[in-house]
Amino acid sequence: MSGMSGARIGVITFPGTLDDRDAARAVRLAGGEAVSLWHGDADLHGVDAVVLPGGFSYGDYLRAGAISRFAPVMDKLVDAANGGLPVLGICNGFQVLTESHLLPGSMIKNDHLHFVCREQTLVVENNATAWTNSYQQDQRIVIPLKNQDGQYVADEHTLDMLEAEGRVVFRYEGWNPNGSRRNIAGISNERGNVVGLMPHPEHAVEKGFGPDNGTAHRDGTDGLGFFTSVLNTLVSA
Amino acid sequence: MGRVVVDVMPKPEILDPQGKAVAGALPRLGFDGFVSVRQGKRFELEVEGDVTPEVLEKAREAALTLLSNPVIEDVVAVTDASGEGH
Repeated sequence: MSGMSGARIGVITFPGTLDDRDAARAVRLAGGEAVSLWHGDADLHGVDAVVLPGGFSYGDYLRAGAISRFAPVMDKLVDAANGGLPVLGICNGFQVLTESHLLPGSMIKNDHLHFVCREQTLVVENNATAWTNSYQQDQRIVIPLKNQDGQYVADEHTLDMLEAEGRVVFRYEGWNPNGSRRNIAGISNERGNVVGLMPHPEHAVEKGFGPDNGTAHRDGTDGLGFFTSVLNTLVSA
Repeated sequence: MGRVVVDVMPKPEILDPQGKAVAGALPRLGFDGFVSVRQGKRFELEVEGDVTPEVLEKAREAALTLLSNPVIEDVVAVTDASGEGH
C-alpha cells in the first residue's frame, strides 16, 4: 500500500457525533495517524486533512448540520478547506459541509420518509479528487448507507454545473435509496479537495466487519480507498 | 416582554416529504378536501422590552443566517407578535 505513512488526519467530534471512532480507525488502518479534534477547538492542531464523521450532531435540531456549522472549529476548517486542505464529510459531515457552503445543495428527508440502512452500490464517477484517487474511474464499490435526511437536492442550474465540471463524485447504482436528485450520492468542490457523501466508507475498511463482498461474509473493504487516497494526495503534494 | 415570530417554509420547488405524508393521512381520518399539505417551521423569539425596528431587523438577519437554509427554505414572515397571548 502506497501513501504517506504517519500523515495526521483530524477527525472532528461534535455533540451527537456517532462515527468518529470508526473514522479514526479507518485512518489508522490506511496507515495514517488519527487526531481527535473537538467542536470547541480554536484551531486544527496542524493536521494534514480532516474528516467530518457521521452521526446526529446537536440531535439534527433545526436542520441536520445547521448548528454544527457555527462551532468554533468550523471557522478554521472553512478557511483551511478554501485554502486546499483535504476535507471529507460523511453523512452528517456532508450535511455540515453543505450548511457551511463548502459544498452546494442540501439534504432533506428521504422521499419515502423512512430511515434507511443497507449495503449500497456506488459508482465512482470522479477518481481525481483528494479522496478517490485510489479507485478506478467508474469503479463499483459497496459501502453501508444509513440515514434519515439523505435526499440530496439542488436547483437544476447547480446540478447541471456539478455534472459539467465532473463534481458528481459518486452516484447510487441499482436503487436510489432516498430520492436524491440525479442519483447523486456524493459531490466535491471545484478544486476536488472537499468531498461529501451520504454513505459510510469508514464502516467498510476491515475484513470481518464490512459489507458482504460476494466471495466471503462481511469481507468488503471498499471504503478503505478513501483513506489511502488522501494519504496518496498528501505525499504527492 | 416582546415577541417576534419567524415563519419558515420549504421552497415551493422542493418536494416536502413530511407534508406529503400528512396529506396522505388526512383523508384516512375523514378530513377530505385538502388537496395538498406543506409543512414549515415557526420560531418564537422573545426579547426583554419592546420589539423595536432594530429588534425586527436583527430577527430578520437571524432568520436568514441560522433559522433557514436558503437552498431549501424561504423565510415567509418575520412579525412582531408581542400582542398575541400565549
